[in-house]
Amino acid sequence: MTDEKILLTEKKNGVGIITLNRPDKLNAFNDELTFQLQDALKEMEKDKEVRAIILTGAGRGFCSGQDLQSRSIAQEVGHRTSLGDSIKRRYNPIVIKLRRMEKPIIAAVNGVAAGAGASMAFACDYRIVTDKTNFIQSFTKVGLIPDSGATFILPRLIGATKAFELMLSADKLPAEEALRLGVVNKVVAEADLMTEAMQLAEKLAAGPSKAFGLTKRAVNKAIFDDLEELLEYEANLQELAGRSDDFQEGVKAFVEKRTPNYTGK
Amino acid sequence: MVMTMTYKNILTSKEAAGQADTYIGVVQLNRPTVLNALNTELMTELVVALQEMDRDESVRSIVLTGSDRAFAAGADIKEMSDESTVSIMLKDNLAIWDKVKNIKKPIIAAVSGFALGGGCELMMMCDIIIASESAQFGQPEINIGVIPGAGGTQRLTRVFGKYKAMEMILTGRPINAREAYELGLVNKVMPVELYLEEAKNLAKEIAAKSPIAVRLAKEAVLKTFDGTLSEGLEFERKNFYMLFSSEDQKEGMKAFLEKRKAVFTGR
Repeated sequence: MTDEKILLTEKKNGVGIITLNRPDKLNAFNDELTFQLQDALKEMEKDKEVRAIILTGAGRGFCSGQDLQSRSIAQEVGHRTSLGDSIKRRYNPIVIKLRRMEKPIIAAVNGVAAGAGASMAFACDYRIVTDKTNFIQSFTKVGLIPDSGATFILPRLIGATKAFELMLSADKLPAEEALRLGVVNKVVAEADLMTEAMQLAEKLAAGPSKAFGLTKRAVNKAIFDDLEELLEYEANLQELAGRSDDFQEGVKAFVEKRTPNYTGK
Repeated sequence: MVMTMTYKNILTSKEAAGQADTYIGVVQLNRPTVLNALNTELMTELVVALQEMDRDESVRSIVLTGSDRAFAAGADIKEMSDESTVSIMLKDNLAIWDKVKNIKKPIIAAVSGFALGGGCELMMMCDIIIASESAQFGQPEINIGVIPGAGGTQRLTRVFGKYKAMEMILTGRPINAREAYELGLVNKVMPVELYLEEAKNLAKEIAAKSPIAVRLAKEAVLKTFDGTLSEGLEFERKNFYMLFSSEDQKEGMKAFLEKRKAVFTGR
């Protein structure tokens, strides 16, 4: 157990910066990190001095999604976590906060954004990425469905055709194609990511925050009015996927670093 | 002492509700070859089972369900098609249905597939309805030359209002789960794999409350449909006052003031 903080927060020039800090695990989400992220977002929402937010990851990845190792450990001990409950308690509140908080939120996506990490990025208002960034809908690779909003946020951002393809193939979506598809705002060099993100954030923080907030609320009404309902629905379906044999096999294969042998059950 | 009966047309069970010696009762309509058509025998067994659970102090709430394919596709037409006015009146089979209405414990209907005619009416006698996405609701009696006879014209109208109720009853056309939810007929719609579990979880949640308070609450809510607002308010108030001689009220309010969780004993 290290003393090092797995989530870092900083405030600068009206910008709140949240950094996922488990770089040796590509900032994978364990229980603790999801709850800390929830708390950090709540704090920044309340803090009147924060008028724009940047969400980023430490090290060479943005976020690789749910920490499957920590889940595996839970399963070995015979304690099968209910995926639906886990998502409702840990992930959905984050997505809801990212969307409902009436401050502009920039995902500064350094490197890979996979699984729930990609979902979090999609839930933000802006996505600034590097030329090394890849989005991966990795869920189906372990016999699960995309969660944390991906099943409806991604189709709404890029259309169902490409979204569904990405979800079932779990193929990498590289930065340039993401830009072409309209899911990111800008692609920059790795070294310039935080500068670019801060520049945008400071500009937003100096803007008419009330108007920005109400604009976000209006856009939410237009395209995410059913956010909570769909997140709940998605979590229920993930519960079902989590009860499948293929999920067990998927995670096992991942941990054992081999190809999964799916039976369709 | 609870006698376990063997039924022909229904399946019954009890499930632990979380607290010591607290259960939910589960009754499943079981005539799969006829999509749970409600004949006299089934209704009689249903009433016996529900009454037994109503008497069993350890059972706090009840889930009533059918199969994923059908809750109940209607009353048993074969059974009644040859009756005359006099014969059907003397048999008065619909009186059995009244006994479902008289159950004091909350009944949560877990409804999937067909809930038509008598099936819809039986469902509407329950207190909370959890539907699956495949559920279909309707009163198709008009298609066979009769009208709903087990409460459909009264209960559907109270839920939907005159116009939608008229449409459904005069055309006999069914509506789907989403529409039913939007119109307030069902409490929640779940995927077919999860609706029964959801209903049971809800039943267990209610099972943890003070059973006397639950009973009097159900009574008061049902009173709404029986008379004027003033009468209903008076009834509610008397039920409210009545609870102040229960141990659960004392424990409930004490726990609140002491900022702890109440432990209800049912006394």
